[in-house]
Order: sequence, then C-alpha cells, then structure tokens
Amino acid sequence: MKPDVVIAAHKLTKKYGDLAAVDGISFEVSAGESFGLLGPNGAGKSTTMKMIGGVSQRTSGQLSIMGLDPESHGPEVRAHLGVVPQQDNLDEELKVRENLLVYGRYFGLPLSYLRPKADELLEFAQLTEKAKSRVDDLSGGMKRRLTIARSLINEPRILLLDEPTTGLDPQARHILWDRLFRLKEQGVTLILTTHYMDEAEQLCDRLIVVDKGRIMAEGSPSSLIREHSTREVLELRFGSERNTRIGAELQGIGERLETLPDRVLIYADDGEAALEQVTARGLHPLTSLVRRSSLEDVFLRLTGRSLVD
Amino acid sequence: MSVMAEGHEATEAARARKFGSLYSRNASAVVSRGLMATRSSNWLVMASGFLEPVLFLVSMGVGLGSIVGPVQGPSGQEISYAAYIAPALLAVSAMNGAIYDSTWNVFFKMNFAKLYQGMLYTSLGPLDVAMGEIFLALLRGLLYATGFTAVMGMMGLLTTPWALLMMPASVLIAFGFASFGMGVTSFMKTFQQMDWVNFFLLPMFLFSATFYPLSVYPEPIQWLVQAMPLWHGVELLRQISVGSFGPATVVHIGYYLVMILVGILLTTGRLRALFLK
Repeated sequence: MKPDVVIAAHKLTKKYGDLAAVDGISFEVSAGESFGLLGPNGAGKSTTMKMIGGVSQRTSGQLSIMGLDPESHGPEVRAHLGVVPQQDNLDEELKVRENLLVYGRYFGLPLSYLRPKADELLEFAQLTEKAKSRVDDLSGGMKRRLTIARSLINEPRILLLDEPTTGLDPQARHILWDRLFRLKEQGVTLILTTHYMDEAEQLCDRLIVVDKGRIMAEGSPSSLIREHSTREVLELRFGSERNTRIGAELQGIGERLETLPDRVLIYADDGEAALEQVTARGLHPLTSLVRRSSLEDVFLRLTGRSLVD
Repeated sequence: MSVMAEGHEATEAARARKFGSLYSRNASAVVSRGLMATRSSNWLVMASGFLEPVLFLVSMGVGLGSIVGPVQGPSGQEISYAAYIAPALLAVSAMNGAIYDSTWNVFFKMNFAKLYQGMLYTSLGPLDVAMGEIFLALLRGLLYATGFTAVMGMMGLLTTPWALLMMPASVLIAFGFASFGMGVTSFMKTFQQMDWVNFFLLPMFLFSATFYPLSVYPEPIQWLVQAMPLWHGVELLRQISVGSFGPATVVHIGYYLVMILVGILLTTGRLRALFLK
C-alpha cells in the first residue's frame, strides 16, 4: 500500500439477504484526492459510504481507513472523518451555532477550541447572521451548508459527502460547489457520491462509475469521456412518435447511435458535420443540439441506461 | 479563508484519545447536549409528570386518609395513611421522571429526529450514547424525586433522618427504569406500540402495593406483583422511610442493580444493531 493512501477497499461486499448492494468493489484513495462514486439510485454508493464510516458492517472483503478497520475501530476512524449524510440530520432542538458546538463535543473537543472554530465555520458556510436562528428556520441550501460546516468541526482528514446537492435549487448548488471546491484546494480528501454528472465533473479528480454494486469504469472525468465516448454529441428530437423508428434512417452517421424515448443521440467527433449529414438525408428534426460529451454519455455507454430516470 | 489550515492541537489531542469499538469515554457530551436541548422543551409536559404523584398524595393521603385512619407500617408500628403511601408515590415519581425521558423522548429522537444516527457518525460509540441518555433520564427522575421529597417534608411526613436515604434510593429506581425503558423503546416503531408503555405502567402504578399492602392479594397475584420493578421500589422506599431494614432490602436493591445492568446492555446492543448494522 502506498504511504499516502487514506482509503483502501479490496473486494468490498455488502449483502442484504441474497441481494448484493455492493458487489466486490476495490479502489484506493490518496490523501488530498477528490474521489467520486457516480451511479444511479440504488447502485450501492450510499452503502459504500456507510461502510467507510463504519456505520454499516461489510459482508466480506477488506477496508482500511487511515490504516484502521472501521468495523473494529469505529469511533477512532470516525475521529478522522467528516460526514455529510444524504439527508440532513441537524439537531433541531438546538440553535444553529449550538449545533456546531455540540457536534464538536461528540468528538471530545474542548469548548476553548470549539467557540472560535464554530464562528469560523459559520462564516465559511455564510451563516454568521443565522448563528442564533432555529435550524427549522433555515432554507434547504442553508441547512446543507450547516451540515457541511458541522462535518468540518473536527478538522477531518477525509470528508464524506453523500449526494451533497440533491434536492437543492441551481443557485444553492453553485454556492455549495464553490465551498467544496475551496475545501479541495485546501487539501481535504473528498469522497463524494452523486448521480449528477456535472457535479462529478466539477469536483472529482477521479471517479468510479458504479452500477448494481459493481465498478463499471474508473478514471478522471476527462479520461473516462475520452475512453468511452466521442468528443461531441448530436442530440436530435423528432417527436416521441418518430424517435424510435428513425434509427434505421440515421445508420452510418457518426460513430455510434443511441435511441432514447425522447431523443436520438449521435456520437461523433464533429457534431456539426454529423448534423449536416442528417439534413443531407432529407431528415428534419424538430430540434437539434450539438454538445460536448459528458459523464452521462459514459454511463449510458457502459450500462445502456441513463443516470437519472 | 482557510478553515482547514493546520491541524489544531485540540483536534490532534481528541484523536489521540483511547477508543473502544463501542465506547469512547465521552458520555458527558451526550449529557451536555441533552441539557442544552432541555431549554427548548415543553415545561408543562415535564411538570405534569411531577404533579401526578403529588396530586395522588394530597387526594388519597389527606382525603382518603381521613376516613382510613392510621395503618400498620413496615415494621409493625402505626403510621398515618399519608405516611404509608408517600414513599410509594416517591418511587412512582422517580419512575415517571425516568420513563418520560427514556421512552417518549428517546422514541422521538430515534425515529424522527435521527439524533442517534448523527451521534454515531462521530467518534461517539453506542455505549456513550446509551449512558448519556440514561443519565439524563435518571437526572429527571432525581429532579422529580427531590421535589416530591420536599413536598413530603412540608406535609410533615419525614419523621426519621433515615428518610434522607430515600434520595439515593430514588436515583437507583430512576436508573433502573431509565436504562430498561430506553432498551425497550428501541424496539418500538409506531405510536401504537408506544401506547403499550402506558398500558403497562398504569396497572403497575395502581397494583404494586402502592395504596395498600401486598397481603390483600391471593398468592399467585402476589407473585406477579413481586416480579414487577415498581413493587421493589415501593417496598424499598417504604422501609427506608421508617428506618426499618431487613434481608428484603438487599433483594430490592439487587433487583434494581440487575435491571440497570440488563438495561444498559440491552440499550447498547440495540443501538448497535439499529445504527451500526
């Protein structure tokens, strides 16, 4: 094991009865890396996160966090972790600032350290004015930022973020991404799960694409796109009636064709050229769009399904 | 601005502590959280748990007592009816305080506030959480019992210095109900199931030799009552109130020590099974 590896999973498996939620996945994460688990709902991302945090026991395989087994050293492993769970579990009986202080106490930290730290984190989360508010009165985005601030109270070496921006409006998501990007710049190891490819592209140095508990591909966002997709994608809409039937007439254009219920995707390095070929065949889509390939396309290629159904 | 600048010595020290896999010797953090949260809790609900036995003492002890007249106390001496039922109601008071926190409050925190899930994602272990929450519940039991003892004093029902020992004994009773109550609550999933708690507590309150001696029952019923925790609390406090001790005193104390131990083990095991599965 390399010295700077902070998380090492080997054939990690979690079964619920006969169902394998996580089916023998192996990966390593180095210190300071930003590592993503990309996959649809039910792919086993959250279960993997829970096993890393030691709050879910693996069925088989090995897992080591900072050299410790989270199953036998739960409290010690979690002393190094910051956790942002999928659903906010802020303490609603406490005020905003109290949430940070009390959470810090759970890690055995003294108030002399926690008081200035809480103020610093409230500023980082842009919640200084809300310090004395009730948690109930915060917006969804604010709650999420408070949860992230709370996860940083013990200066974690590793931050686990489970679907950090799910359910937030676009503006709140961008604020959150900005905050997370700053943490990344400061060298915090980020482990995040997401089913948003734009999120993965923005925040992850490296990611694994997970489906049905298995790793489908691994690499940086750009290398995955290079490997599994073309440079550009031409999206055509012919109306729901014709989309499925038109495939045959489009054969031979671009490198690959993908027919979805609502649109047809043509993978080509030059999207505009592909569009010209389409019109040259006398086909006139209702709308057409040329865009860069994304992780969504990688996922579609690897699994034959889209990420968000 | 750098929130992650340099490893602060406080966080290093916190990480360098000795940890067990279930316990990080930090139950006090759970207790201080509970005390902080109490400020936003419902004081009226809290007061009602305290008032219930006081109202019984006044109505039964003073009211009913006036037609009952003096009765035979634990060591055979004659005492007023109020003095007879007061220690029993003190045991009920300690029980109520402990039960209030360890059942309904714990039920809410477990199933709705997801509090324990959050706690167990920190370096707290399930034993820290169990001990902290049980301590809070017994603290409320102690609070109720202190208030009730003060009421007894005002009514002139404290006649021997031995009676002061009722305080630590009340803590023992509260501890037993708190740890066992939290363990049992961990199995509850719905409000209907929580109603069983009341369904169980009310008859136990009425029939645990609280208002009359155990000897009125036929023998099989006596055995049943003697199996119930409240009866041991009632008898223990009744003996202490007049300073009359015997081998039975040890049995009563032993009953609670076992109850506490089983309760803590059950609660810790359940927290582990529920949140660290």
